[in-house]
Amino acid sequence: MENLEYKKLLAELTGKTSVSGYEYKFSKFLKNEISKYCNNIEIDYFSNVIATFNSGLNLKKKKIMLTAHIDEIGLMVKSIDKNGFIKFTNIGEVDPKILLSQEVKIHGKRELLGVIGSIPPHLIENYNKHNVVDIDKLYIDTGFSKYELDEIISIGDVISFNVELISLNSNYISSKALDNRAGICTLIGVMNELKKFKYYNETTFNFTSMEETASAGVINSSYRIEPDLAIVIDTCFGKVQGGANEDTFVLGNGPVISIGPNFNSDYSKQIIKIARDEKISHQIDVEPGNSGTEAWATQISRNGIPTLLISIPIKYMHTPIEVMNIDDINLSVKLITNFLMKQ
Amino acid sequence: MILEELSNLSGISGDEKDIRDYIMEKIKNYVDNIRIDSIGNLIALKKGKNSDLKLMLAAHMDEVGFIVKSINDDGTIKFATIGGFDNRILPGKKIFIGKEKKPGVIGILPIHLQSSARKKRVFSLNELYIDIGSDSKERTEKIIDIGDYISFKGNFKRLGQNYYMSKALDDRVGCSILIDIILQTELLDFDLVICFTVQEEVGTRGAEVIAYSEEPDAAIVVEGTTASDVPDVKDSMTSTKLAAGPVLTIMDRASYSNKNLVRFINQIAESKNIKIQYKNTVTGGNDAGKIQRSRNGVKTAVISVPVRYIHSPTSVIYEKDYINTNKLVFEVIREFSFNKI
Amino acid sequence: MFDTIAKLTKVSGVSGNEEKIRNLIIDEAKEYVDNVIIDNIGNLTLVKKGTGKKIMLSAHMDEIGLMITHIDENGFLRFSSIGGIYKLIALGQRVIINSNIHGTVYFEEKIKSYGDLNISKMFIDIGVNCREEAKKIVKIGDVATFVGEAVMANKNIIAKSLDNRAGCAVLIKLIKENINTDHEIYYTFTVQEELGMRGAKTAAFDLMPDLAVVVDVTSTGDIPECPLMEVSLGKGPAIKIKDSSVICHPIVRDLLKLAAKKNNIPYQYEILEFGGTDTASILLTGGGIVAGAVSIPCRYIHTPSESVNLDDLKNSVRILKNFILEVK
Repeated sequence: MENLEYKKLLAELTGKTSVSGYEYKFSKFLKNEISKYCNNIEIDYFSNVIATFNSGLNLKKKKIMLTAHIDEIGLMVKSIDKNGFIKFTNIGEVDPKILLSQEVKIHGKRELLGVIGSIPPHLIENYNKHNVVDIDKLYIDTGFSKYELDEIISIGDVISFNVELISLNSNYISSKALDNRAGICTLIGVMNELKKFKYYNETTFNFTSMEETASAGVINSSYRIEPDLAIVIDTCFGKVQGGANEDTFVLGNGPVISIGPNFNSDYSKQIIKIARDEKISHQIDVEPGNSGTEAWATQISRNGIPTLLISIPIKYMHTPIEVMNIDDINLSVKLITNFLMKQ
Repeated sequence: MILEELSNLSGISGDEKDIRDYIMEKIKNYVDNIRIDSIGNLIALKKGKNSDLKLMLAAHMDEVGFIVKSINDDGTIKFATIGGFDNRILPGKKIFIGKEKKPGVIGILPIHLQSSARKKRVFSLNELYIDIGSDSKERTEKIIDIGDYISFKGNFKRLGQNYYMSKALDDRVGCSILIDIILQTELLDFDLVICFTVQEEVGTRGAEVIAYSEEPDAAIVVEGTTASDVPDVKDSMTSTKLAAGPVLTIMDRASYSNKNLVRFINQIAESKNIKIQYKNTVTGGNDAGKIQRSRNGVKTAVISVPVRYIHSPTSVIYEKDYINTNKLVFEVIREFSFNKI
Repeated sequence: MFDTIAKLTKVSGVSGNEEKIRNLIIDEAKEYVDNVIIDNIGNLTLVKKGTGKKIMLSAHMDEIGLMITHIDENGFLRFSSIGGIYKLIALGQRVIINSNIHGTVYFEEKIKSYGDLNISKMFIDIGVNCREEAKKIVKIGDVATFVGEAVMANKNIIAKSLDNRAGCAVLIKLIKENINTDHEIYYTFTVQEELGMRGAKTAAFDLMPDLAVVVDVTSTGDIPECPLMEVSLGKGPAIKIKDSSVICHPIVRDLLKLAAKKNNIPYQYEILEFGGTDTASILLTGGGIVAGAVSIPCRYIHTPSESVNLDDLKNSVRILKNFILEVK
C-alpha cells in the first residue's frame, strides 16, 4: 500500500456536503471511497457507514470500533418571503457573527448559489456597531423570485458554505467541515496503514451521522456494534487568541489524547505510553466531565464501552475557514495504528 | 467578459496598478492620447472635431480592502481597513495578501469558547487578525511585509439567472462601461476625456487631481451606488432598487448635480426607452464632489448602477441595470452637445 | 372530534399522574383493538395485530401542572411546577387539585416587578383558613391542573391540555377508523413527556417498531408580532422536519408528505427551533428507530387557553391513515 496524500483526500472530503441529518449522499461517496480497504460496508437507516476491516487472518476476540462523525454544521431554509429572500435557521452551533457576506449553496431540487445579507447598518434605527446581527435578521439572496424558488427549494432544505479547501503557508490548510473530515481522513489513513501489517483484531470503522445534533448516529450504531473498545476521532480547539491555554491545543504538535471520567483510564495510559515510546508528538487534554464529543454517549451504550478520544486540533471551529495542519493527520494515523497493533 | 475580469483583479486604494494595466491594454489603441499622472490616475483622450470644449467621464479603479499593519508574536497579522467597511462582515472570510496573493483567513474565537457576553458583541477590528498558517512572527515575516495590500479573492459569478455577484463591483461596473464607451464611440464634436481614477474610497483623492489638471467643462461620473431593496428596510428609506434601471443622483453628501445636465440625461433615457430611477436618499458621495468644486467649477452628473451589499465581497447587481447604464451613458455621449445643457 | 377533545381535556393527567387519563383512553378505544398493554412506567399501548410492518403511533397523554410542596399555617399552598409553566400567565388562574378542590394561583404582592417573580413567591388559595383545614383535603405531592374547559371559537377549539390531548384524540379517532391493513399498529399513549420525554423511551424499547410517528402539538408563527415560523393554524397538519432535539428520519418525513400529496390533504413543514418531542427519544432507542412526527399547529401552548383548529385535527387523522396505507 502506498502512502496517502492527505491534503488531496481532505480536499475531496470537504468538497462534499454532509449537513447533519442529510448525510446520505456523502455516505454513498464515502462507502465507495473506502471500498478498497473493507469488503463489508453497510449504510444503515441513519446514514451511518459501518465498515468491517478484515485482514483475513485468524482474529483475536477483541472487537474494536473506531468512530468519526461524517456530518457538518450548516443552515436550513425556514421560510421564503414574498420578494424571494430566504430566512434560515442553524443546524449545529453556528456563530451568526461569521455569516454576513458568506457565499452559500442551498441544496434544493438543484443547488442554488446565494449570498447572506442583512439590513445595511446606516438604515438601522439606533444603530450600535457592537451589536451582533441575530440569525433571524439575516437572509439569503439568490437572485430568484419567490415564484421561481418555490419550484426549486422548500422549507427544510439544507444550506452549506460555498468554499473550497485552500493551502495556506507550509502544511496548513483551510476549509469548511474540517470538523470532522479530519477525523474521517485519519481513519482512512489508519485503514491504509493496517493493510501493510499483520493485524489480528476484528475492527469496525463507524462513520457516524448527526453528531452535531445530539450524537444520534453513534448512539444508534454503537448499540448495534457492541464493541469491547471504542476510539472516537474528532476535532478539538486549536490555540487561538482569546482561548484559554488549557482548552486549546497547538496545531502541528500532534493528536490530543483526552483523559478523565469519560475515558477508560487503562487504555488512556496505554496509548500515552505508546506515544512516548514511539516518540510520536502528542498533547494531553484533561477533560473533567462531558467531552462534548461522541465519546460521551458511546461510553454508556448498553452495558458500557471502554472509550478513548483522539482529537485533531483545528482553529475557528464551525466556520467556513477552519484551519488545521496536515502533520497532525500523519501523527494521529501513526499513533492510532501503533495502538491498534498492540491490542 | 470585461466586467468579470476587472472585478476579479484586485486594486485596493493606493494599489490600483493591476486595474490600470488591464485598462491600458484594452483601450490604448482606441484613444488619441493616454497618460498616467503622478497619483496614478489613468487619463485617455478622444479628440473631437473641435477642441474648445471638453467633457469628462470618470470611474474609479480602486476598491475597499485592507493593509498589513503589524505581525503578532504568534505569527498572525494585524490589519487595517482601507475605505469604508462594515466591520461586521469580516470574521470568517478568506483573503489574499500582497503581490503574490498569499492566502489567509480572518480568524475568530470559536463560538463554543465565547462567553455569553462575548457572543452578543461584534468583534471589533483590533480584536481580529489574519491567519496565514504560521506559528511565529519570524515565519510570517519571511513571506509577508508590513504594508502589503490585502483583498478578497476574485469571485465573480452569476447569481440566479439575471444577477451577478462579486467583490469590487463598486466601481468596476463604471470602469467596464467606460472601456466600452471608448471602444464604441465615434468622432464627436468635442473632446472626450475618460478618466480612471485612484483613491476614491479613501476620500475621492484621484478625482481632485484630475479635475484640476484636465479642466473639463462638464463631467459625468459612472459609479456603483448602494441599493437597499432588502428585508426590514422601509420603502421610504430605500435609496435605490435593483432591476429598476440606471440611477440618477440629484444630490448626495458630496455633490449637487447640474440640473440641466440631469434633465438632458433624463430626456435621452426617455427617448431611448431606458427606464431610470432617481436616488431616493441624499447619502453617500463620490468623485463628482471633487470634480464639481474644481477650479472655477464643473457641471457634473452621476449615473450609477445600483449595487446591493456594496463594499462587501458579495455585492450583487442586476445584469440589465448594468447593460442599461452602459447604454444610457453611450447614448448620452452620442447625443451630447454643450448647448443642450 | 370536539366531544372527544372535551372529554379528554376535562380529565387531569399531570406528568407522573396519568392514571385517570389512561383509564379514559382505554374505555374509549379498547373495543377496537386486539390487545391492551400497560408497561412498568405507565405507558399505554393499544395493539391492532397484523403480520406486516410494526408501526408505532405515539402521543403523550400527560400534561403540565403544579405539585403541592408546602402548606403554610394560614392554609395557603406553595407549589413547584411540573413541566414548563409560564409564571405570569399562571397568576390569577383557577386550578383544580385532585379533581375536586378548587383554588386560585396568586403571588406575594410585595414583589416590585414581574421580572422578580418566581414560583417560590407564588401560592394557591383553596379557601381555607389554616393548615389543619387544608390538610383535610390536600396533602404534599398532590397535583393541580389549570381550569380550561373546551369551547369552540369559530373553527378553533380552545382548552387546557390540548398539548397533547389533541394528539390523543387524533389517535383515538384513528383507532376507530378500523384501518384495513396487514401491518401491526401500536397506538401508544406515553407518560412523562413534559418531564423530558421519558415514557416514549421505554415504550419504544419494548415495542421495537419498524417505523414510528409521534403525534404532538407545535407552535405557530401566525399571531401578531411573534417569531418567524412557517406554521399556521388551519393550514393543515405539520410534518416535522426538525426540532431542537432531533432531525426527523427522511423515510417517515417523505412518506407522510406522499400520503398528504396523493390524497390532497393540506400539510405544512415544521421547523421548531425551541422545544422537543418524544420523537428524539424514540429515534435514539435500541440501535435506532426510524421515527418522525406529525404536529398539530397549536397557539398559546402551555397556557390554559391552548388553541387548535378542528380541520387540522381531522386532516391529521387523514394523513396518518394514508401513511399507514402507504407503508409497504
